[in-house]
Amino acid sequence: MADPTTGLRRPLIGGDKSYADVTREVCAPLERKSPAAWWMTISAALAMLVVGVVAVTYQLRTGIGTWGLNNTVGWAFDITNFVFWIGIGHAGTLISAILFLFNQKWRTSVNRSAEAMTLFAVVCAGIFPVIHMGRPWLAHWVIPYPNARGPLWVNFRSPLVWDMFAISTYFIVSLVFWYVGLIPDLATIRDRAVSKVKKAVTNFFSFGWDGSNRTWHRYETIYLLLAGLATPLVVSVHTIVSWDFATSLIPGWHTTIFPPYFVAGAVFSGFAMVLTLMLVVRKVLHFEDYITLHHVDAMSKVIIATGGIVALAYATEFFVALYSGNEYERFTFVNRALGPYAWAYWIMVGCNIGIPQLLWSKKVRSNVAAVFVISLLINVGMWFERFVIITISLSRDYLPASWATYSPTTIEIATLVGSFGLFFTLFLLFSRFLPMIAIGEVKGVLKYGRPDGKEPRE
Amino acid sequence: MNAPPIYGLMAEFDAPEDILAAAESARRKGYREMDAYTPFPMEELTDALGIRHTTLSLFVLCCGIAGGLIGFFMQYFTSVIDYPVNIGGKPLNSWPQFIPITFEMTILFAAIGAVVGMIFRNGLPRPVHPVFNVDRFELATRDKFFLCIEASDPLFDRDATEAFLKSLEPSHVTVVEN
Repeated sequence: MADPTTGLRRPLIGGDKSYADVTREVCAPLERKSPAAWWMTISAALAMLVVGVVAVTYQLRTGIGTWGLNNTVGWAFDITNFVFWIGIGHAGTLISAILFLFNQKWRTSVNRSAEAMTLFAVVCAGIFPVIHMGRPWLAHWVIPYPNARGPLWVNFRSPLVWDMFAISTYFIVSLVFWYVGLIPDLATIRDRAVSKVKKAVTNFFSFGWDGSNRTWHRYETIYLLLAGLATPLVVSVHTIVSWDFATSLIPGWHTTIFPPYFVAGAVFSGFAMVLTLMLVVRKVLHFEDYITLHHVDAMSKVIIATGGIVALAYATEFFVALYSGNEYERFTFVNRALGPYAWAYWIMVGCNIGIPQLLWSKKVRSNVAAVFVISLLINVGMWFERFVIITISLSRDYLPASWATYSPTTIEIATLVGSFGLFFTLFLLFSRFLPMIAIGEVKGVLKYGRPDGKEPRE
Repeated sequence: MNAPPIYGLMAEFDAPEDILAAAESARRKGYREMDAYTPFPMEELTDALGIRHTTLSLFVLCCGIAGGLIGFFMQYFTSVIDYPVNIGGKPLNSWPQFIPITFEMTILFAAIGAVVGMIFRNGLPRPVHPVFNVDRFELATRDKFFLCIEASDPLFDRDATEAFLKSLEPSHVTVVEN
């Protein structure tokens, strides 16, 4: 990796920047007037959000009979969306926590936005199980609290209850991790603010941060601890999500491979989404020196690796089904590839196994437009993976007499559109009001690979 | 102390190496009550300033253990004592199935403990602090590095300390009003 002539590593941040340049450039989008492009994109996102709000309102007033579900297929579009969004979130935690533990300094340019992406994805994910309840005003019943109904407690042996704990813990931990990272940067904004109101508000939210070394020392300590805590957490979250399926007896769900398979898939789809967002952000906000082609390259490699795990999981699942001698299992998998939903299966295989192989080529990895398209296709493929697992498995269970087909209604599709609207609205607001790049962390690695700097620490 | 009550004296430096050298000299000189203010964390400075390593990790460990115990016994109490129901013929204390929530609660308590501990041990929120009285201190979150020797230090003498700080060749030396 090191340059043979100077012995220096490749700098992480492009351009020859000073510390002040970093502050100025990262804060610039917050301080200028919103460009027309921002207004246009947020209008589109809000329009999508309105579609979703209308759809959800309608289905809440009418009931989930407005969905295409039937006796056989009781989980379909809605749960697919839930698993999809939760999976998206995992890349953010991976970048912020696992890469931190592995001392991957390049994460500093992307971790803030990736963490924000995690939060917003978890918000989107959380909506789906709640509306699936049909009576979301009773959603608090899944929380164990002393009540006047008995006392009646939740069944702690149910993976759905585990899921509630996992998702809410994940949301809270992601939120505090993200916010802790923001504190020093909010202080930076405070110190640049001209208006008194902005100064007071940012001073409030940065807790009066002054950058004292005692403060930094404790801050760094708990940042490391949070990274150490978030790492097993993120693995546990998708593991528990996969148990929602694996602990049942449906052929195609009841497999022990699910936890690692789901976690790898989550990281795979999450990195695709990070790339989708980051490639737009670096272009629109002119962050090419921060989110460099090396970042795109590194993230593409993570996609190849996790995509490989996903491909291996598909193959293992198929092999085990054929080898098990269990005719229901065998039928389920043959049905996936050749049955009425074969199109969905082949979209999944094409997008998740075929397309990512293009990233082996250095030429493709350094072509931003190509990587962008690939990342979008992976997002599509991973959505279909969940659809394949959930819907196809349910639609053909043990008794042919109870087989059924499922197709989504307009309401369900509108709800998915609405969740994308919510996600993009939140992300655009974030890009307008908070620094998208961790200023303090980038300054720590600024001199990396430069002749005048030692290898900095984080 | 013959000087009027002030918080301390603050020297401003342009580069991280300079403040590191300055902190080391100040410590050799015998100053103890001092702090550095930097735009990004510098681990070497913590040692140079002789700041004791934090015990927060221990606190976080305790929070995690407490969370795990609370998580497990919440499930034990409800499933075995308060509301025993036979579910699928499983024993009332089906502890392997209580592990996921026990684990999540451990993480939740430890993470919240870490953040709350950091904020309170650091004395945050602290919207008003004498160092903010220094005009140029706004640059501490941009690209300047400040070393403040506090008046509470036994060796602190307004003139002598000022002369010492100036000998470190900072770009500015300022009095921090209380």
